[in-house]
Amino acid sequence: MSGPPKKVVIVPCSGIGKSFGTVAREAGYDLVEDLRPEQTRLVALSKLVMGDEEAKNIVAAHPAIAIDGCKLNCAAKMVRESGGRIAREVAVQEVFRRHKTLKPEGIAELNPAGQALARVLAEELTPLVDALTSADSTEDRHA
Amino acid sequence: MPELPEKKAGIIACSGEEMAEGTVSRLAALRVLHETRRGDTVTLCLPLFLAGGQGERTFARFYPTITVDGCALKCAARATERYSAKPAASLVVTEIAAAKGITGIEGRRRLNEPGRKAVEAVVEILEEEVDRVLGSSRRHPQKEKR
Repeated sequence: MSGPPKKVVIVPCSGIGKSFGTVAREAGYDLVEDLRPEQTRLVALSKLVMGDEEAKNIVAAHPAIAIDGCKLNCAAKMVRESGGRIAREVAVQEVFRRHKTLKPEGIAELNPAGQALARVLAEELTPLVDALTSADSTEDRHA
Repeated sequence: MPELPEKKAGIIACSGEEMAEGTVSRLAALRVLHETRRGDTVTLCLPLFLAGGQGERTFARFYPTITVDGCALKCAARATERYSAKPAASLVVTEIAAAKGITGIEGRRRLNEPGRKAVEAVVEILEEEVDRVLGSSRRHPQKEKR
């Protein structure tokens, strides 16, 4: 008997002042729309800020990946404060440091380098998503 | 005469990542902040009301703030009121779109045509609200051509 398919919750930052925030948002969409649509779902950070019960229940029930655009780490903080378990906390700036040629510019619309940085970030997370949702993950072994 | 700080209007968008209307709120706010009312407006990321410090929580007390929400949950308006001060105005994308007869907004990552029309509709009302809260002396006589 198999249980409901496992999902990983993706919570990108809602940064509106810097390109790094837009990269976080774009990387979230890369994951949930392109790379791992069946295994992931987005939760809006604004709902966690307001303590929305449905959003809190979702992050409490699934491992979360927080993608933050600045050092304030709002996404990771909100997931923790909402009772969620962070499987990975990613800082866009840390990924950029490893990919200096992909300098993001633009907030409303990212430049191609920023979009490429978002895709790199998202692709780096896919092995983790696969591990968290695979049939022989730790949670299943102990179920 | 002492130099007084310039009065600006605050804009806080929900930026809701889950739905296209959240993207509309974000893009409309950015248009007004960076283009049509540049210099007259300031913003704050919504989560900073909780994740930030006391400085962030004084935002709406210092700047008359207009919130832009994607849906009826009104996270931006409620968070602003709860953590800072009551917004001077509260806009909701779904309500504005319905009033303008705009249907079928989709594309949280890349808005479709109705989504882009909704951005224009929200920008227009947001500009009016910015001008209203800043008072007649700061009113823009003509809207920028887009």
